[in-house]
Amino acid sequence: MSAFRVEVRVMPRAALLDPQGLAVEHALHALGFGEVAQVRMGKHLVLEVKAATRNEALARARAMCDRLLANPVTEDYDVVVGGGAAR
Amino acid sequence: MKRVAVIVFPGSNCDVDALVAARDAGSDAYFVWHRDTTLRQADVVVLPGGFSYGDYLRSGAIARFSPVMTAVAEHARVGGSVLGICNGFQILCEAGLLPGGLMRNARLRFLSRPTWVRVEQTDTPFTCLYERGEVLEIPIAHGDGRYVVDARTAAELEATGRVVWRYVRDNPNGSTNDIAGVTNAGQNVVGIMPHPERRNAPALGGQDGARVFLSMEARHATQHAVDVRARDGRHLRV
Repeated sequence: MSAFRVEVRVMPRAALLDPQGLAVEHALHALGFGEVAQVRMGKHLVLEVKAATRNEALARARAMCDRLLANPVTEDYDVVVGGGAAR
Repeated sequence: MKRVAVIVFPGSNCDVDALVAARDAGSDAYFVWHRDTTLRQADVVVLPGGFSYGDYLRSGAIARFSPVMTAVAEHARVGGSVLGICNGFQILCEAGLLPGGLMRNARLRFLSRPTWVRVEQTDTPFTCLYERGEVLEIPIAHGDGRYVVDARTAAELEATGRVVWRYVRDNPNGSTNDIAGVTNAGQNVVGIMPHPERRNAPALGGQDGARVFLSMEARHATQHAVDVRARDGRHLRV
């Protein structure tokens, strides 16, 4: 067993309006950052997961996302274990 | 007299209003703490408004795992009536007892103000005393009230008459198809973002919401179809 640092990124579904991202985009434009577009805002969770292997930590973290951390109706998620990324 | 269980989560704040509104309609209403595992022979379950678990993670996301929710899901599965108001609606969506989800209001602000909703479906335990097409004034108080569903589910809800209330005049939160409340396929589980319990008496500024609670009593009444137990007739339509 070792402890894996797992990072979960939860984002609003691409097809859905993200009013927070839009407000941030407008604020950036107002500050003169005219080059920015498509700002979207989500959540970043950092977990420490005890598991035998990296893959097990990934599978458990995904189960956590499916059960609780993300809402499958409104959100998508990515999970990153240790240094590498997996979807 | 229906037995109405009003579930209390940590952070519920419309539980007393819901209890009083149900009692005003003649129900035998009582509180059930979210850690309880029995509904004590409830006929109807009400999940009240508020901010269960501080809305942490997502509104309703943590409350849906409260121990009582197993009993609520079983009650719904066997056809028992369930009403979720505001945060209760969010919890029912998170629990998968209603389709869709509720996201941040399109214009981001928390809104506490009257809205106008049209009754679209009267064949539910909470709207059977309304007439289809009636427009009601009922207030909202929410930050995460934008009801969203994928296009296919939205079309299915529309085609099968499962949109129960729809915002008219203006849509306060940007919800899909101006939806303010929906029901499940069995039409026994209903969710609504506005607060009918805040408009059940003239002293509260109106009584357009009273028949949500009177409907619970009237529904399936075998001997007392006309007896809706209005107090001094003040719930009757004027």
